[in-house]
Amino acid sequence: MTTSVPDPSQKHQRREHGLMLALVSPALLVILALIVLPVGWLAWQSIYHDGFTLENYRRVFTEDVYWRSFALTFEISLAVTVIALLLGYPVAYLANSVPKGWSILILSLVVLPFWTSVLVRAYAWLALLQRSGVINQFLRYLDVISEPLALVHNTFGTVVATVHILLPFMVLPLYAAMQKIPNDLMQAGASLGASPSLTFFRVFLPLSLPGVLAGCTMVFVLCLGFYITPELLGGGRTVMVSMLVSRNVELYNQFGAASAVAVVLLLGVLVIFFIVSRFISLDRVLGQK
Amino acid sequence: MMRASPARIALYVISALVLIYLILPVLIIAPISFSSARFLTFPPPSFSLRWYQQYFSNPAWMQATRVTLTVALLTVVIATPFGVAAAYAISQSKLRIMRLIHMALLLPLVVPIIITAVGIFFVYAKIGLVATMPGLVLANVMLGLPYVVISVLAGLQSFDPAQEMVARSLGMNRLRSFFAVTLPQIKSSVVAGGIFAFISAMDETIVALFISGGQYQPLTKRMFTALRDEIDPTIAAISTLMTAASFMLVLLASARQKRSG
Repeated sequence: MTTSVPDPSQKHQRREHGLMLALVSPALLVILALIVLPVGWLAWQSIYHDGFTLENYRRVFTEDVYWRSFALTFEISLAVTVIALLLGYPVAYLANSVPKGWSILILSLVVLPFWTSVLVRAYAWLALLQRSGVINQFLRYLDVISEPLALVHNTFGTVVATVHILLPFMVLPLYAAMQKIPNDLMQAGASLGASPSLTFFRVFLPLSLPGVLAGCTMVFVLCLGFYITPELLGGGRTVMVSMLVSRNVELYNQFGAASAVAVVLLLGVLVIFFIVSRFISLDRVLGQK
Repeated sequence: MMRASPARIALYVISALVLIYLILPVLIIAPISFSSARFLTFPPPSFSLRWYQQYFSNPAWMQATRVTLTVALLTVVIATPFGVAAAYAISQSKLRIMRLIHMALLLPLVVPIIITAVGIFFVYAKIGLVATMPGLVLANVMLGLPYVVISVLAGLQSFDPAQEMVARSLGMNRLRSFFAVTLPQIKSSVVAGGIFAFISAMDETIVALFISGGQYQPLTKRMFTALRDEIDPTIAAISTLMTAASFMLVLLASARQKRSG
């Protein structure tokens, strides 16, 4: 360092800051150009068309088609979240309570579908659930049914496939939260004479609630914007919000309306994240995958 | 503890059923793809490679495969250095704005993908990037960045920055000390991040549905369109190959991560 510089450390620090900003700038630029700008564009387009207008939002909030779709999306997301919690909790609990080798096996089976394309899994569910599909054939072979059941191209098929795709997002945060619960607490409960179910409901379950919240948030939010499963397995009747957006763009060229729907959906997601962040760290929610 | 209690048995049974539910669809595709039947029957009547043959002999599927592989490779080549540089700066810098930048880089995971897709479509439509290769690659770089950043940040967490300072005090410049000291120690998380970005690009469907077209349609877009019309077992063959590719890449990534501890 030269002595002629008045404050070398300050100059050094400025250079350091400059270098660090230069290092993040390529990635930041990509994010700004390809997600911040496009979403901003949507927001702008939803209120501006040859002058400012709230017409698009009036339609979204008053027209029946939109209202029904928002309600349906909310119901499906809620159902998917509850089912995923009911299915995921026992699996996470088991993985947490067995020896390490077994828990690795269980968790591998949970994340295995993670690495299969969503599209591939949608295809698999079509193959399993359709009228001439594997499950209907099996049930007829067993003489349980005489007519094939309508398992797909409806809300049922959508929910089955969506839960399947989102379940890992539930199990992983649940498992992470359960790992943090000290084992001695359960033993303490037992040594004080509490029955296993009492220690579970009074000690274990409350302590796993942060994981429940993290998992439910992720599943619910991802489900709100789900597109592939309702489109391929919903049979055209299960019009979720994402399909409303795409149809307005692809079929009706209603860019303003599509943008308004997208903005409402995004605001919904952000509000949920904001509320949840008051209770648990968002890293816990986003840290998975 | 009490292994044979009814509650415990119920737990085993429920968990086993849920795990079957999770892996059954992944396992069902391969047998369908090797079946000779036009329509899905299970068990398959006889073994056949006709769907694989149909895939490999169809120029449209082959072109789509080339697009997918090109996009995925270019995505890795661009997203990995961008993500590593960003993660390094985020972990080293004390600037307060870095927290905000860190959050911005995770936006692709937060914003519902359908919104991102439509937004990119509108922007691309204005500047003529719809149905082009650069447009497709750029979108996938954006979507892959969070995976690289998360993976590399996790790797840097166990790295002691003092080591790099030592190298610099011994006369190495910043760049050399990064490549000589830091990078070798976080190599496995860099590779893992790159592999995740590759898989993300290979599986990406929704953005491609809106912005790809003509000769630059990736596999997933063609598969989606085909699935909307009819169930063609060729898709089972493609799905099997894609799944096999994903799994091999994930095994590769986790093997690397394990080797470096």
